[in-house]
Amino acid sequence: MKADFMKKLKSNKTLRSNLITFGMVILAYVIMEILMAAGLLSNLLKGMLVPLCVYAILAVSLNLTVGILGELSLGHAGFMCVGAFSSAFFSKCMQEAIPIAGVRFILAILIGALCAGVFGILIGIPVLRLKGDYLAIVTLAFGEIIKNLVNILYIGIDENGFHFSTKSSLDLNLSENGKIIIQGAQGITGTPNDSNFTVGILLLLITLIIVLNLIHSRDGRAIMAIRDNTIAAESVGINITKYKLMAFSISAALAGVAGVLYAHNLSTLTALPKNFGYNMSIMILVFVVLGGIGNIRGSVIAAVVLTLLPELLRGLNDYRMLIYAIVLIVMMLFNWAPVCIGWREKIKYKMKSRKTVKNSGKEA
Amino acid sequence: MKRFNKVVSVVVASAMVMAMAGCGSDANNGSADTYKIGGIGPTTGGAAAYGLAVQNAAQLAVDEINAAGGVNGYKLELNFQDDELDAEKSVNAYNTLKDWGAQIILGSVTSGCCIAVTDKTKADNMFQLTPSGSAVACTQYENNFRVCFSDPAQGAASAQYIGENGLASKVAIIYDSSDTYSTGIYESFVNGAASQPFEIVTEEAFTADSKTDFSVQLQKAQDAGADLVFLPIYYQEASLILTQANGMGYAPKFFGVDGMDGILTGVDNFDKSLAEGVMLLTPFAADATDDLTVKFVTSYQEKFGEIPNQFAADAYDGVYALKAALEKSGVKPSDSVSDICEGLKAAFVEISIDGLTGAGIVWDAAGEPNKAPKAVIIENGAYKAM
Amino acid sequence: MSFIKYLISGISLGSVYALIALGYTMVYGIAKMLNFAHGDVIMIGAFTTYTICSTMGLPPAVGVLAAVVLCTLLGMGIEKVAYKPLRKASSPLAVLITAIGVSYLLQNVALLIFGANTKAFASVVSFPAVEFADGAISITGETIVTILSCIVIMICLMVFIKKTKAGQAMLAVSEDKGAAQLMGINVNGTIALTFAIGSALAAIAGVLLCSAYPSLNPYTGSMPGIKAFVAAVFGGIGSIPGAFIGGVLLGIIEIFAKAYISSQVADAIVFAVLIIVLLIKPTGILGKNIQEKV
Repeated sequence: MKADFMKKLKSNKTLRSNLITFGMVILAYVIMEILMAAGLLSNLLKGMLVPLCVYAILAVSLNLTVGILGELSLGHAGFMCVGAFSSAFFSKCMQEAIPIAGVRFILAILIGALCAGVFGILIGIPVLRLKGDYLAIVTLAFGEIIKNLVNILYIGIDENGFHFSTKSSLDLNLSENGKIIIQGAQGITGTPNDSNFTVGILLLLITLIIVLNLIHSRDGRAIMAIRDNTIAAESVGINITKYKLMAFSISAALAGVAGVLYAHNLSTLTALPKNFGYNMSIMILVFVVLGGIGNIRGSVIAAVVLTLLPELLRGLNDYRMLIYAIVLIVMMLFNWAPVCIGWREKIKYKMKSRKTVKNSGKEA
Repeated sequence: MKRFNKVVSVVVASAMVMAMAGCGSDANNGSADTYKIGGIGPTTGGAAAYGLAVQNAAQLAVDEINAAGGVNGYKLELNFQDDELDAEKSVNAYNTLKDWGAQIILGSVTSGCCIAVTDKTKADNMFQLTPSGSAVACTQYENNFRVCFSDPAQGAASAQYIGENGLASKVAIIYDSSDTYSTGIYESFVNGAASQPFEIVTEEAFTADSKTDFSVQLQKAQDAGADLVFLPIYYQEASLILTQANGMGYAPKFFGVDGMDGILTGVDNFDKSLAEGVMLLTPFAADATDDLTVKFVTSYQEKFGEIPNQFAADAYDGVYALKAALEKSGVKPSDSVSDICEGLKAAFVEISIDGLTGAGIVWDAAGEPNKAPKAVIIENGAYKAM
Repeated sequence: MSFIKYLISGISLGSVYALIALGYTMVYGIAKMLNFAHGDVIMIGAFTTYTICSTMGLPPAVGVLAAVVLCTLLGMGIEKVAYKPLRKASSPLAVLITAIGVSYLLQNVALLIFGANTKAFASVVSFPAVEFADGAISITGETIVTILSCIVIMICLMVFIKKTKAGQAMLAVSEDKGAAQLMGINVNGTIALTFAIGSALAAIAGVLLCSAYPSLNPYTGSMPGIKAFVAAVFGGIGSIPGAFIGGVLLGIIEIFAKAYISSQVADAIVFAVLIIVLLIKPTGILGKNIQEKV
């Protein structure tokens, strides 16, 4: 039985690759937990564990759209925003009704994923008819619309039920003991702090399982066939719309999950250009491209490295973001430029041949 | 190639973890001879002007205090971290400061970030004084104090001032609907205006994504016959509004709040004649002639080449307030963070300081300063008390 | 009456977008890349003029000329260092991400050199405002100059591409780089020239943007840059007259949305209109429909 598995592992390259990815995440978790227990972890890193999970999930989910479906999306932060606000709204309303944090948080995750997924379908139906840069700009537009609308949304609650307004909290006409839940640009304050590293890692693993399984399933192959040649895929009877929507909405729902994790990590949630605008969408795209388009493990690594980098550069003070930009450009050139790839191949070849020479020397 | 990638990333990742874990081990509270103050604010990004002002002024105050012999015989030390106007980065900045051994937090500069950090300082029981976080929730816990006015105080006070002095009968509002500070004041102004003898004729918004063209907002105010435009926004956008209003020949009274301070000095090369007649409620005037302000403005200008704004003044007062409270409480740098916090909390409600933003400022236990906003009008390119 | 006023405001705003979009679409049309750093080159151009005119006190013509020269060099430098090595990369997204890196770099360099304080840009236009209907309606000199520049630049670009050898080489490169090379066209030189022209246009756009809306800081270029990108897509990206029409329409829609619907949701309305247009005409107003071949 065990030997069977090992044999399968050796012959099946995807299985091996997937296990490496999961193993990497679990290993990272174990190392962090040990360091934390031993009190060796800096406060900064401790505080960044949940955000790292958030960005890793975002990068993996966007890679599903960009790498597997092959469409450029610049509105991913919009789905994150939907997930964050819907779940934070739920948690804030249910804070008294469901006192058990675990149950409430699981429900919040489901609600966040569901809302973002529904938005994914709604936006996907029109958007996926477009191609290339036009599709990119429309997703960017949707992301900006979501951010703009969230910023003017006021919701309050009192004994008569929910009150909505798009003007100001005064227009809600709340009774005296009513409370404002979403206060326009001031967002949601006081979301229960339910996120933690363990939950973050679990969600990351679930995301990886969903995405990796999808890629290696029949559906996944259909999606990649569409990416490689739409017309050919259509001619062999693949339902283009269905598979495109499927990948897009799953990607959106997973971004929603990242949003839930994000919203329950901070006590204040506002839709700023910085966290839910196109800047964030582009940042997620940077993770995906730097890590390798279609390379799920690369996305996780790139998200972690690029999120940690500006924090590690804090010692540079004023030059921090400048150096960050330069490092980003250099890393992109190193990873993508054909010239650099050529150099790397050469070095690798040299190292390999040296090894063979050594080995043959031993044999003789 | 793939393997090479892998090796590189593993090496980089482990190096990072080592580096970070390394910092963790030498973090300690209570260094023997300095009070460690951690500052947080945006020093890059669109709000960098505010964060840098706080950073510079706080450093100036710290240097002055140290040159004069420090506090209780100990020196102050300031470490200022960038938060890029992002709540998450603000928490990262706070954690970095904790690793450094910060005992007191001066920040965050902006409301949203400040609220996120209050939760963390509460959990660690670290004393937090925000120079300019004006949202109500910035002082939600008993360890949070602030130097500036709160949003409701400014909005309601503005409405009251306009009403009581009969400045206008029809008021238009232009505010930033994507900004916490601006919407906060806008709401409290509208609330306060209900009981005042003037009428609000238009309420127009702009957002962070479209803040170059204000012609529509101004046109609507003009069409509605507003004789006063209330601007609960920062001076950068206000400078554009004044320029565009001038271009279209619309000359109502403009009324601003503390974010408007800097209109004369914060925008390089700005035509000051455009700001003629603008009224604002502000605690600080960079061209006031009292000794304290003159000394502050001169040394700030010498050091940083700019005229300080209200953010800088709040930060400067903040550091001196901390000095007064440290002296009053007698806590030592070797005390624990929590003890310092308790000491400062008790001392803050007893101190009274004469600062740039007001004489005899005292604090209540809720963390609010009691200082009256002064209404000023700009005449001949300078503030004049009204 | 107020309708005409709003229309004029819309055209003023739109002409600035159009001017930026021309540079965007030029680079996109030939080099087939979205240059996200375009908005920041605009900012550098405006800062150059500001430094020369307001700080050193030289005449505006010198300032504009210096901005054009500096931005041209900057654009070519960026292309050579950051974009050229990635031209043959396996995905076109690689160069997009590098452009984002360049955008961060330019913003932070400007922050370190010029500081975070906003500068009031002194207009380089000394042209007086034109007034109609006894002064009730006026069009500012900046608007007139911007629109004229747009039209002149648009015509020059079209003539340049149609009539000159270098322009024809650009067209050939945009169609097929490999075939162009076989025909003896210097592909690298042609793309460098494209960036030089695009960046020179950015410098002019920066100066006129800040003349019309005199507020300059290291982040001034990023939002107009994105809006101009939207405008270029709106008009059909790659199409030069499309960029002009897209820019002006975007400005008018933005102002009308603020004026007649709600100033709070104006951004959302602008983007919603864009989405609707693209759904009806998936390659923008003047975009070419590319037939897909099997």
